Amino acid sequence: MTVPPRLRRALVRMRRDIAFIAAGMTLHLLPLALHFWVVVLSLGTALDPDPETPVMLAFTLPLLVVAGWGLTGPQRWRFRALCGVELPRLGFTEAKRQFGYNLLLGPLLGVLEFLLLALLLAALAASSVLVWIWAAPWQWRAGHPGYTTTASYLTVLGLVALAAVPVLATGLVRLEILAGQALLGVSRSDQLARRVEDLTESRAGAVDAADAERRRIERDLHDGAQQRLVSLALNLGLAKATLTDLPPEAREVIDAAHREAKDAIEELNNLVRGLHPAVLDELGLDAALSGLAARAPLPVRLRVELPPGLPQRAAPAVETVAYFVVSEALTNIAKHAREATRADVTVTRLGGILRVVIADDGVGGADPAEGSGLKGLAQRVRSVDGTFRMSSPVGGPTVMNVELPCPM
Amino acid sequence: MIAEDSVLLRIGLVKVVEMAGFEVAAEAGDGQELLAAVEEHRPGLAVVDVRMPPGFTDEGVRAALSIRQKYPETAVLMLSQYVEERYAADLLATNTSGVGYLLKQRVADVEEFIEALRRVAAGGTALDPQVVAQLLVRRSSDPLERLTARERDVLALMAEGRSNAGIAAQLVVSESAVAKHINNILAKLDLPRADADHRRVLAVLRFLGVGG
Repeated sequence: MTVPPRLRRALVRMRRDIAFIAAGMTLHLLPLALHFWVVVLSLGTALDPDPETPVMLAFTLPLLVVAGWGLTGPQRWRFRALCGVELPRLGFTEAKRQFGYNLLLGPLLGVLEFLLLALLLAALAASSVLVWIWAAPWQWRAGHPGYTTTASYLTVLGLVALAAVPVLATGLVRLEILAGQALLGVSRSDQLARRVEDLTESRAGAVDAADAERRRIERDLHDGAQQRLVSLALNLGLAKATLTDLPPEAREVIDAAHREAKDAIEELNNLVRGLHPAVLDELGLDAALSGLAARAPLPVRLRVELPPGLPQRAAPAVETVAYFVVSEALTNIAKHAREATRADVTVTRLGGILRVVIADDGVGGADPAEGSGLKGLAQRVRSVDGTFRMSSPVGGPTVMNVELPCPM
Repeated sequence: MIAEDSVLLRIGLVKVVEMAGFEVAAEAGDGQELLAAVEEHRPGLAVVDVRMPPGFTDEGVRAALSIRQKYPETAVLMLSQYVEERYAADLLATNTSGVGYLLKQRVADVEEFIEALRRVAAGGTALDPQVVAQLLVRRSSDPLERLTARERDVLALMAEGRSNAGIAAQLVVSESAVAKHINNILAKLDLPRADADHRRVLAVLRFLGVGG
């Protein structure tokens, strides 16, 4: 006989629900029994002071405490094995929630589960009542005329109940899962804390990945396009130097090509340096920044103060951000700061903080809300949990203050 | 003696070096090879790329430093895509004669490059203007601010290792004007006059704080 897949799935699901409910009933009714026993013993002590009952009470109460805490394990197993719901391992600090679930809510659920299982058994019995009657001795049937009508009603009732059981079971399982997750699951603050942890980690990963990518591109360009261009310029230079008897037009063409090649090298160099300077990896911020300061179109006074007691190098991501901040800031000053004649760059390490201050003597009025350059800077600083402050009153001077965390 | 990992560029360099009238004793692709070749040939001049295999960071600089320690008679001209004054400072720290540090693209200006090659091989100095600019940034201390703009230009050219005639040609002034500027500079910087070109550079660099 072939069972249609939908029915098969429904049957499997129902079997699972019933198993879940049966297992739950056992676990939930255990504390109920203990409750009951405590009540009986307490009443007994109150009504009839028997010297033995307080002793038994003293024995039962700890048992109740143990149940309130120890039943969580089996419950976790039951949720995972039967419903695929993963509950976290709870520490003793979460005892209140565990006691609430195992000792207060659990017994109520246990009663519901008991009622449902009872309904199932009753429905099974009622729906098959005609079979039982057929098996009964004929004398009984003869003594009860009209029994078939009652039996038919019972059968119909039983079948209706039988149809209702899966629906009720599904509802009850859902209720159980909700209750279990609410009381035994992760609390909201834990969930948020974990999420923050995950996000911090993934953001650090993204920053590092972007960093590594920039390094790779820098290396590729250095080993490829840059060398080719230099070689091209060199050959054109050689041609210029050796081919002295060319017609003037040809010389002009070679001249122009030579100039173009040199300009292309210059442009490419600036672009690649902006990606990631190799010297930053090798010699650190101080050396890399002096290169930046020298190439800036206006005079830059650079001070890098790393106290000898502290580690001289920050994390690569932090150094890269510091370099980028100075690079962008100097570009901005050169491009936008009106009447700026000089800039001061100061990098200091104060304990676990790397502070970068860039000041110019322009007329001020820069607004971080405007212009993608400053916004990009602030974003880059935030990507390593740094702070970005800028003061640029009209009339100047503009001071940019960046603090980057660098744990010792 | 040429050490450069890019084959294309090495071929070009060999041509230029031969054009300058030098004989190429050996070519090397990385620092190890370079040291072995210097050991074997004892060349008068080594042209060395800063970034070479395996690490592609400062292998060339380290090789050059050990060449200068072990074989002081070998002049070293470093070539780099970007100039880093720190590498130059390391190189100049012991002795400023027979040292050069140029941007790779300078080889494209063949005549100037050949001039630099000859200068370094003859025990002189050839520093890239960008290196000098970086050195000036770092040491922009008070005495330098007393210099006029023209004097700064002359100082920069001096630091590059040029002769008075070279400076005069570059700035399009007469040689005597250059000599006058240099006198003023040396006076303002409280440096005694010296005769040879590279000693002059030594003095300048010492003032800049790299010559030790």
